[in-house]
Amino acid sequence: MIRLEQVSKHFGTMIAVDRIDMEVPAGAVCVMLGPSGCGKTTTMKMINRLIPPTSGRIYVDGKDTAAVDEVALRRSIGYVIQQIGLFPNMTIEENICVVPDLLGWPAAKSRKRAAELLDMVNLDPSVFLKRYPKQLSGGQQQRVGVVRALAADPPVLLMDEPFGAIDPINREVIQDEFMKLQAELKKTIVFVSHDIDEAVKMASRIAIFRDGKLIQYDTPDNILAHPIDAFVSEFVGSDRTLKRLRLIKVTDAMMAEPPRVRAEDTLDTAVKLMDEHGHVSIVMVGPRGRARGVVRLEEARERKGTVGEHQEPLPGVVNIRDDLRTAVSQMFTHGVTWLACVDDDGFYKGYVTQKSITQVLGATYRES
Amino acid sequence: MARAGLAGTLRWLVVFGAFALGAWLQARGTIPAILGHSQDVTYLIRQHLTLAAISGAIALVVGIPLGIVLTRPRFEIFADAVTQIVNLGTTIPTLALLAIAMSFLGIGSPPAIFALFVLTLLPIVLNTIAGLRSVPQHLIEAARGMGMTPGQILRRVELPNAVFVILAGVRTAFAINIGTVPLAFLIGGGGLGELIFTGIDLMEPSMLLAGAIPTALLAVLIDFLIGQIQFWLVPKGVNPLR
Repeated sequence: MIRLEQVSKHFGTMIAVDRIDMEVPAGAVCVMLGPSGCGKTTTMKMINRLIPPTSGRIYVDGKDTAAVDEVALRRSIGYVIQQIGLFPNMTIEENICVVPDLLGWPAAKSRKRAAELLDMVNLDPSVFLKRYPKQLSGGQQQRVGVVRALAADPPVLLMDEPFGAIDPINREVIQDEFMKLQAELKKTIVFVSHDIDEAVKMASRIAIFRDGKLIQYDTPDNILAHPIDAFVSEFVGSDRTLKRLRLIKVTDAMMAEPPRVRAEDTLDTAVKLMDEHGHVSIVMVGPRGRARGVVRLEEARERKGTVGEHQEPLPGVVNIRDDLRTAVSQMFTHGVTWLACVDDDGFYKGYVTQKSITQVLGATYRES
Repeated sequence: MARAGLAGTLRWLVVFGAFALGAWLQARGTIPAILGHSQDVTYLIRQHLTLAAISGAIALVVGIPLGIVLTRPRFEIFADAVTQIVNLGTTIPTLALLAIAMSFLGIGSPPAIFALFVLTLLPIVLNTIAGLRSVPQHLIEAARGMGMTPGQILRRVELPNAVFVILAGVRTAFAINIGTVPLAFLIGGGGLGELIFTGIDLMEPSMLLAGAIPTALLAVLIDFLIGQIQFWLVPKGVNPLR
C-alpha cells in the first residue's frame, strides 16, 4: 500500500533520512519508533509530501506520489498531529467536514458523516457537533482529531504521536478505542511514536530508526524477541520479554479441554481424574459448564464425600481473550502458578500455568 | 453586593453631576450659544467624517493586504524593514507630517487625507502582522496536511484566527484618525477643527465647544461601532468577548 524506495532527505549538509526502503502492507499499522531526531517524523511527512524528499521514490497505492498533485495527495491521506490542530474558529462539525468540503461533497452527506463519526468515538453528536474545540477536554479533542482524519474515508492515515499529549489514563482508553475502530476500518496507518509500549500495543509492524537510518523493520514480537543489534535491544528495554506478554493472548498459551468435575461427583472421581492428568487440583464446573470452584488433591485424598462439599473458591480466573500480561499479573496477585480460563460467559475453557507461558515465550528461540 | 452598591452610587453621582453641569451651562447661556452653531456643526461633521472615512479606507485597503503579504514566507524577510518605515511615519509629529504633506500636495483635503492615512496605517499593518503571526504553527501544519491550498489556509484558518487582533488594530487606528482630523483645518482640509481653532483664536468658548464636543462624541461612537463589529464578526470559537 505504501512503498518507500531509497528515500533520502538532506537538510543542507545534514542527512535527516538516509536511503530508507520499506513497505507497509494494506491494513497494517506501522509504528515508526526511535529517539528524537532519528528521522521518523521526517520520513512520515515525506509520504504526504509535507516535506519533499531529496531523492528516492514513494508509492501510495501503486502510484508514485511525486507524479500526483500534492494537494490532491494530501486530501486522500488522513493526517493527525500531536497538537491535535483542531481549528478553533470552526465548530466540531465544521472541523470534521474540512476535507469533505475541500473535496466538494454535498453538505448533507458530509454533515451526516460527521455525526456518524462522532458516534463511533462515543461522543454524542447532538451535544458536540455545534461546540467549539475550546469547549472540549483534551481527550475529547483528540478523538475529534482522529475522526476528522477519517472523515473522507481515506485508505491511508498518517499519525504523528497522536496520543502523546494526553494523560496516561485517557491515553490507554483512547488507544483501545482507536484499536477497536481500526479493527473495523482496516486502514493502512503510519504512526510515529517514541513510546515502545504504545508501539507494541498498536503495531502490526514496528520500524526502528536511528540517525536517519532504518535499523529494524519487523513484527512487534520479533523486534522484542530478536532485536537486531545492541541499539534496538537497549531501545526496547531490558524487560523486552515481559513486553512480549502483551502480544500473546491467553488462548495461545492455554491448555484446552481440561479435566473437570461437577458438584455431585464424589471426591474419589476427582482424585482419579487428577492422578490421571498429574494435576494437584481440579476445577469444579456448574451444570452448564461455568467455572465454580476448585478441589485440591491433598484435601480430596483425606476426606470423603462429594466435590460440592469440599470445594474452595477459585483463586483467580482470566478471560481467554486477555493477554498474558493480565494473566501473569493475576497469578502474582493471587500467589498461584495456574489460572482457570473462562470465556465471556464464564464457561470454563482451559487453564494456563507459568510453565505453559514460559513455553510459549520460549518457542521463538527454539525454532531459530 | 458592596461593589454593586458602590457602582450604583457612582452612577447616580455621574447622572447628577451631568445634570448639574447642564443646568449651570444653561444658566450661563453656553448651551444656547453652542446650539447656535448647529448648522455649521452638521456641515463640518460631514466633512470631518469624509476625511476620516477616505483616509481610513485607504489605510485599510493598503494596510491589511500589506500585513498579509509581509507574513507570507516569501516576503517575511522584508517585514522588519517595512514596519520600520511605517513606524517612522508615525514617529514624525502629526503637525510636521501635515506640513510635509502640504509642501508637495498643496493645501486642501488631499494632503490632509495623505497625512491621516500615514498615521492610520501603522496600527493596522502591525496588528495584521501580529495577528497572523499569533496563529499557532501547528494549525497551519494541520491545514496543509489536510490538503488546503495556501489561499485556503489564509482564508479559512489564518484570517479567522487573526481577525480579533487585526480589528483591535483597526479600532486604535480609527480612534487616532478621528481625533487627529481637526488638525486638517490648519492646511485647509476642513472638518470640525474649523470651529475649534477659530474658537480658540476668537476666544469664544461656545464655538470651541461646538467643535470639540462632536469630535469627542464621534471618536467614542466610532470606537463603539468597531467594537460591535469586532464582537459580531470574530468567529465565536476564537472570540474572547463571547
